[in-house]
Amino acid sequence: MKIAITSGKGGTGKTTVSTGIFHVLTKYMKYNVQLLDCDVEEPDCHIFIKASRSAQYDVNISIPEINADRCTFCGKCKSDCAYNAIVMLPAVKFIEVSDSLCHGCGACSFVCPEGAIMEKNVEIGQITHFDYFVQDEFIEGRMKIGKAMQSRVIRETVKHGQDKGILLFDSPPGTSCPVIATVSKADYVVMVTEPTPFGLYDLKMMTETVKKLGKKYGIIVNKAGLHYNPLYDFIHQNKIPLIGEIPFRKELALAYSKGKIIAETDEEIKKIFLGMINKILNEKAS
Amino acid sequence: MKKPAEIVILSGKGGTGKTSITAAFASFANNAVLTDCDVDAADLHLILSPEIYHSQNFSSGAKAIVDNTTCTLCGQCTDLCRFNAIETKDNELIIDEFACEGCGLCAIACPAGAIGIENYLNNIIYFAHCRFGPMVYGKLGIAEENSGKLVAKIRQYAKDQALKSNTDFIITDGPPGIGCPVISSITGASLVVAITEPTLSGWHDLERLIELIRQFHTPIQVIINKYDLNTNMTNTIENKLKADAIEILGKIPYDESMVYALLEGKTISEFEPEGLVTTQLKRMWNKISSM
Repeated sequence: MKIAITSGKGGTGKTTVSTGIFHVLTKYMKYNVQLLDCDVEEPDCHIFIKASRSAQYDVNISIPEINADRCTFCGKCKSDCAYNAIVMLPAVKFIEVSDSLCHGCGACSFVCPEGAIMEKNVEIGQITHFDYFVQDEFIEGRMKIGKAMQSRVIRETVKHGQDKGILLFDSPPGTSCPVIATVSKADYVVMVTEPTPFGLYDLKMMTETVKKLGKKYGIIVNKAGLHYNPLYDFIHQNKIPLIGEIPFRKELALAYSKGKIIAETDEEIKKIFLGMINKILNEKAS
Repeated sequence: MKKPAEIVILSGKGGTGKTSITAAFASFANNAVLTDCDVDAADLHLILSPEIYHSQNFSSGAKAIVDNTTCTLCGQCTDLCRFNAIETKDNELIIDEFACEGCGLCAIACPAGAIGIENYLNNIIYFAHCRFGPMVYGKLGIAEENSGKLVAKIRQYAKDQALKSNTDFIITDGPPGIGCPVISSITGASLVVAITEPTLSGWHDLERLIELIRQFHTPIQVIINKYDLNTNMTNTIENKLKADAIEILGKIPYDESMVYALLEGKTISEFEPEGLVTTQLKRMWNKISSM
């Protein structure tokens, strides 16, 4: 079973929820679980999951390199590049590929009639495996700073997951391609939100996205306490399962700030997590 | 005609207060074009309630579509596709629309001419007026890709607008993270204001953002929001920023009024004109605008 933890809006508590669920599943419920940090731009799970590194893999893509001496400046590669990644100035015999725009699709080298385009490997990220309570329980995808190929790093990270029971994906925020790269591989989606107008607006976008992908889903309200009725009206009107609510408390914010798993702060919060996990497992089965 | 200064509000980590702070700055600046480049979760309009006078569709991506009546199942496209987006199932070619990055290589290579490329027009750019000035913002289509292109387009329209109305500033609510939409929002900007919070995640994410911004040589200053939630962490962040020679624009205490202002669709400066948070933010804006 593959579960993605998402949120349209950033900072609603995605990582708090995914690390909490992961920790409780492995430590107390003895589940065979693996956590994949797919928020490759800002992977934060490792701050909460203090685990030891066991293996590391590079994520590479092939980027073209154009040999200006062999190039006849016919312009075929430039016109066939969907990403405007090729800069060509025939008058001064200049042609170059912009690494930050190139998606490494290989179209330019395919169309070049002169065989002037070779490819080189460029590292765009890293995937690290960690041992937590059990070997290989936590895997992190991390994009190299300055690269813009986050979806590729996510897809590679997801491939490292082994679904032996439960596979948890900590998704990036938003609703665009990096989120799709994560959510499309899940069979159940947990949307984390907060009771504010921002939280609700972004939740609506997320709900549309998840519906479009045809996934089963439920909601967790984090920082609950502010009785923002429009959020609860939305949940009821759309008959979205409410998996659980995590109360807003300053102690929890403080524990979070220090990198602690909030499910371990007290018995009540731990019970909330146990309850939410059972609800997700039941929802999924139904 | 002078070039407007473009101030981009960012935060590696989401939920640190980017949008509320952008809205407050918008209320202080009486000569700015406002933009929202957080196109996946564009929320600034919830506070600024702009009146839209024009909108237009924008294509930021394309997908391959196959005509299975002409496809000969030769398999060349599957072999060439670097995104593993094409497979054959039950004698039909299937394109995984979520994996396809619209490069068009399959369409170029197909010997039967069975593959075409279709532009997606799901993104919208809005041109609007709000109580603090002109506003340009975008909305990414549901499950749409390549938000970087949409961000670049919004910034271009904002610049056109600023030159037309002769405004001094463009204030941009930027996207979270450090990926393509962020890169697209900082290239050539005058100043990045990075919002962080005193948490280990806040600092971790800010460090990555700073490294990114340095690669693009854009000036950066930092605001520590909710600084009193963990003063030890705030001190640590301040010391690290000092060591890195990065200027701290200011600090803001944790204040529930930020949420209550939002509930009323107001900026914090409208909600509590004499409040501490308003005073601090005003001071920061004065500093930015006199640079």
